[in-house]
Amino acid sequence: MSSISRRKLITAGVASAAGLSGIALAGRAASRHGLIPPDSGGFYGCGHTLTYAAQRLLIGNSNAREFTQGQISKTPHPKGKPPKGDEFPRLQAGGFKDWRLTVDGMVNRPGSFSISELKGYPSGSQITQLICEEGWSYIAEWTGVPLSHILELTGVMPQAKYAVYYSMDGAADAIDMEDARHSQTLVSYGMNGGDVPVGHGGPLRLRVPRQLGYKSLKFLSRVTLTDTLIGVPLDREYSWYAGI
Amino acid sequence: MNDFLETTVAVDHSRSRACGVLLQTGADCYHPDMVNPASAPIVTTVGVRHSLLVRVTHWLTALCFLALLVSGFELVISHPRFYWGEDGNSLTPSLFSIPIPASRSYVKTGYNFVLPDQNGWSRSLHFQTAWIAIFTGLLYAAFSLRSGHLRKDLLPAAADLSGVRLSAAIANHLRFKRPVEKEAWSYNVLQRLAYLSVIFGLFPLMIWTGLAMSPSITAAFPFLVDGAGGQQSARTIHFVVSLSLVLFVFIHVLMVFLAGFGSRVRTMITGRADAQKEQQ
Repeated sequence: MSSISRRKLITAGVASAAGLSGIALAGRAASRHGLIPPDSGGFYGCGHTLTYAAQRLLIGNSNAREFTQGQISKTPHPKGKPPKGDEFPRLQAGGFKDWRLTVDGMVNRPGSFSISELKGYPSGSQITQLICEEGWSYIAEWTGVPLSHILELTGVMPQAKYAVYYSMDGAADAIDMEDARHSQTLVSYGMNGGDVPVGHGGPLRLRVPRQLGYKSLKFLSRVTLTDTLIGVPLDREYSWYAGI
Repeated sequence: MNDFLETTVAVDHSRSRACGVLLQTGADCYHPDMVNPASAPIVTTVGVRHSLLVRVTHWLTALCFLALLVSGFELVISHPRFYWGEDGNSLTPSLFSIPIPASRSYVKTGYNFVLPDQNGWSRSLHFQTAWIAIFTGLLYAAFSLRSGHLRKDLLPAAADLSGVRLSAAIANHLRFKRPVEKEAWSYNVLQRLAYLSVIFGLFPLMIWTGLAMSPSITAAFPFLVDGAGGQQSARTIHFVVSLSLVLFVFIHVLMVFLAGFGSRVRTMITGRADAQKEQQ
């Protein structure tokens, strides 16, 4: 009897040691392949990590669904409130001619771009769905410069892991390089044939159509390439990855 | 006494079958060294009704359901309006709406107050729980197929599906007739049909329509949302199915009350059912 329990004990010990080192190895491999999101800690870290890792393995470089002109929503819900302070009204009065998009951080040639400069670059357009985390949605056509083009112009350093982007209203968010370089990630200056209205985040809105609407930041003013999100004023309430 | 003996023998046959299954999965049951239970009626007064795996996955699923329901409700109140097709927002007419206040001020609900926004933790809890529920479901499905739980305990006998038998079973339920002792040992035909449709109908429908709402999952697998009739249709189906699940849980708990709440819950926790007590 005692020999059986000893054998059982040894088997259980070996099995749990193997299990633990297996988990540790899997964790290290996942980290090396960029499968660990920045909010992998805390009570919900496990769910965040499973979702992010599973989707990074499953969705690859696929494109968000695109729609036809006829499917564009007649009443896209505008939720944007103009940023507080004097600067936004001043820029708005000048037709946003002085609006700048600054690109800095881990890039070889930091720079800043006016909207007319952005309009001079090869443009992209997409008819995609904006799905709000609250449950509602609309389909609209967005026109702008693919973020990947701007990243090529500025030359991203190889150690960059995230593109952090800031709104003029103080909000900040970040995406990984896979989403930053994705062909549908668009620095948008046009919506449904006109300029992006202020209610939809004009004059400049980053569209990330493979994630929920809150990742499509309004009033885009700055993009910073970085290898860490420590110190970045992200919204910690909502999950960082919002492919869902 | 004669009656009792007959009952124990009758019970015994179903036990020996289930027990073979349990020994395979290592669940607590008769010790393999013990005499074959079929020839030892003394052990049949207390037997294992639910295997360890069924009990663990049952309570895990119950906890998951509660967490998904609470967090799902919190998410829905930010926009208690539903649409059909691809898109819909507060500027478009709704298919239907729930007459409750919303947690966003611009949603016109007819109420003068706005509920607090709880979407941050609600969504994180919803998805973390969904993962646990998926793993629990996969474990249960693999076990059910491998052990014969599906075939023996869930699939109804062909004879029970006849119109006469079915209407008799429905009539008994509608009269709130207390189940016979035999039903403490196996599911009746209505239970089997209800459990089957929840496990292999409503649960997969929830997973499918949940995935069909995701912009990234549908980027890779657009047929998921096309098959549901659009992103907003998927959300509406997800909501309606969640109501069906709430209805199922309500009836399920009601039936447990009618059958004897204490003994049935104890059985689902310990796995053991007391045949003698059931007879009283």
